[in-house]
Amino acid sequence: MLHVSRKMSKEDQHHENYGGSKTDKTAKRTGSDCSQQYPETRAEKNSANTVSKQFPQNNSLKVQRMIKMPYYPGCAVQTTARNYSVSGIAVAEKLGVELIELPKWYCCGVFPSLANDDLMRHLAPIRNLIQVQEINENGIVKNENRVATFCSMCYHTLKEANMFVKDEEKLKKINTFFDREKEFAGGAKEGYRGGIAVLDFLELLRDVVGYGKIAREVKKPLKGLKVAPYYGCLVLRPREIGIDDAENPTVFEDLLEVLGAEVINNPNKTQCCGSYHTINRKDIVTKLTYDNLIYALRNGAEIVATCCPLCTFNLDAKQKEARGLYRDLDEIPIMYYTQLMAIALGLERQFYGVEFDLHYVDPKPILEAKNLY
Amino acid sequence: MVENKPENKEKVRIYIMGREYKVPAGLTITKAMEYAGYRFMRGSGCRGGFCGACATVYRLRNDYKLRAALACQKTVEDGIYIAQIPFTPAEKPLYNLNEVGPSVNVFLEYYPEIAKCVCCNTCTKACPQDLEVMDYVQAALRGDFEEAARLSFDCIACGLCAMRCPTEIVPYNIALLARRIFGRYVMPRAKHVEDRIKEVESGKFDEEIQKLMQADSASLKETYAKREIEPE
Repeated sequence: MLHVSRKMSKEDQHHENYGGSKTDKTAKRTGSDCSQQYPETRAEKNSANTVSKQFPQNNSLKVQRMIKMPYYPGCAVQTTARNYSVSGIAVAEKLGVELIELPKWYCCGVFPSLANDDLMRHLAPIRNLIQVQEINENGIVKNENRVATFCSMCYHTLKEANMFVKDEEKLKKINTFFDREKEFAGGAKEGYRGGIAVLDFLELLRDVVGYGKIAREVKKPLKGLKVAPYYGCLVLRPREIGIDDAENPTVFEDLLEVLGAEVINNPNKTQCCGSYHTINRKDIVTKLTYDNLIYALRNGAEIVATCCPLCTFNLDAKQKEARGLYRDLDEIPIMYYTQLMAIALGLERQFYGVEFDLHYVDPKPILEAKNLY
Repeated sequence: MVENKPENKEKVRIYIMGREYKVPAGLTITKAMEYAGYRFMRGSGCRGGFCGACATVYRLRNDYKLRAALACQKTVEDGIYIAQIPFTPAEKPLYNLNEVGPSVNVFLEYYPEIAKCVCCNTCTKACPQDLEVMDYVQAALRGDFEEAARLSFDCIACGLCAMRCPTEIVPYNIALLARRIFGRYVMPRAKHVEDRIKEVESGKFDEEIQKLMQADSASLKETYAKREIEPE
């Protein structure tokens, strides 16, 4: 982890030094727009611009700029978890990060193969990392070797594959699959060179945006809203790819606190949600849904905040069945943290993502009761 | 050297299912095979690259790649190994287009093997129409039938993608479903077609049809010859 964050800050520095042209362009455009009406604003902008040109490495004098971040959506957040991406993209923009969807992207691979020699199963995630390379070469982003994603599964699979090909021998073998592919329509221009960093959006908020900045942007604190976080497994385990401590993570709690919510302890926050057993072993998932919600409820939670579409489905859609089996389980709405952020940052209602009819347990009543909706 | 003899100069050696033939350079695979004495009962159709009947796999000399093409479009090269694929066995599930609806999971329901796609792109490499086959399969997998329909528009269902897929997906049938859903639920209805259907149903053309049905062969031929081909 430490390694990645250090690398990121280095990359950021790199941006300050070489990615300046984008900042200049934005400033110039704004400047010329203003010039007709407010010549003094232009002068101000220009002077700021000149300063940043002279001392591009000085962070304290930097002009407000958007970070252009390659973004890998994945299938879930485009469809059944659209409330996650719609709220998340708007939140990112508010916080100065423009998420640029990869012009072409493919299935993340869904669960990385754990077999050491099952190279074919890593083609899909690596192909997506090649797309990050390509949008750098197309000039859509400049020297940006990071890619952000909302879905925990996508994050997990992309990052596992990325780790897998740190072994040069394996990378070489995988790259032979892309050999001469550029001869064909839409084929990869070249193999994966390595060196792309995969970021979970929670990680991006903590390490790239910073909780300090988020705190400054909070317009409507989630005062009195009792929220229990639920991490699931994919962003935490195995340790090598986890965004926080695998046993006792706090990144989620810290974020909820910044938003002004009352954080409720959820002792089962890192337990398994049952994952794809939801398809053919419903009994397992129903039991886990009960386990994962009951302690949060007993501790007084009014909402459970999640970061993974699959966890969310299991916690939300399976509640009805769980309540049929376990009489003491009350209904509780499940929301993505990005939805809570959209509310707290004072974004427009359309970005809350609660109107898409994707929630099984409607969160509107509790939000209304707290004057948040 | 053999190649320098004048009678061999314009000929190339081809191998049809392993057997060597010398045929004039510049012929398409279809014509080269006919030149060699084959007569097509299957595996040849429009001869214009539109029907998808003449799917063929081949290898070139000194090249490890297994390539694919339409026999009526690809010209023979010296040392080419050819085998035709006259038919692709593939299941096509039955569905009622009015009932499937534009749901994101429709492809997983009718073609669940689509989830096995590992993004190897072998299908794209096999496509003689230069389509981005893997891309449309991937679009279908995430329920984006609009993109799948757009990317697969020029598919002629030759079946080569399905023969090459290591995960046994049948891309061209998936593409067909995508285009059908797109046409049924997304594309705007053509106003002039609906107007014409109303006219037909109201009996506007009944008299004319009756006249045609009762006409004798000679007057039918005359009417056909005088028909308006492109209305102004």
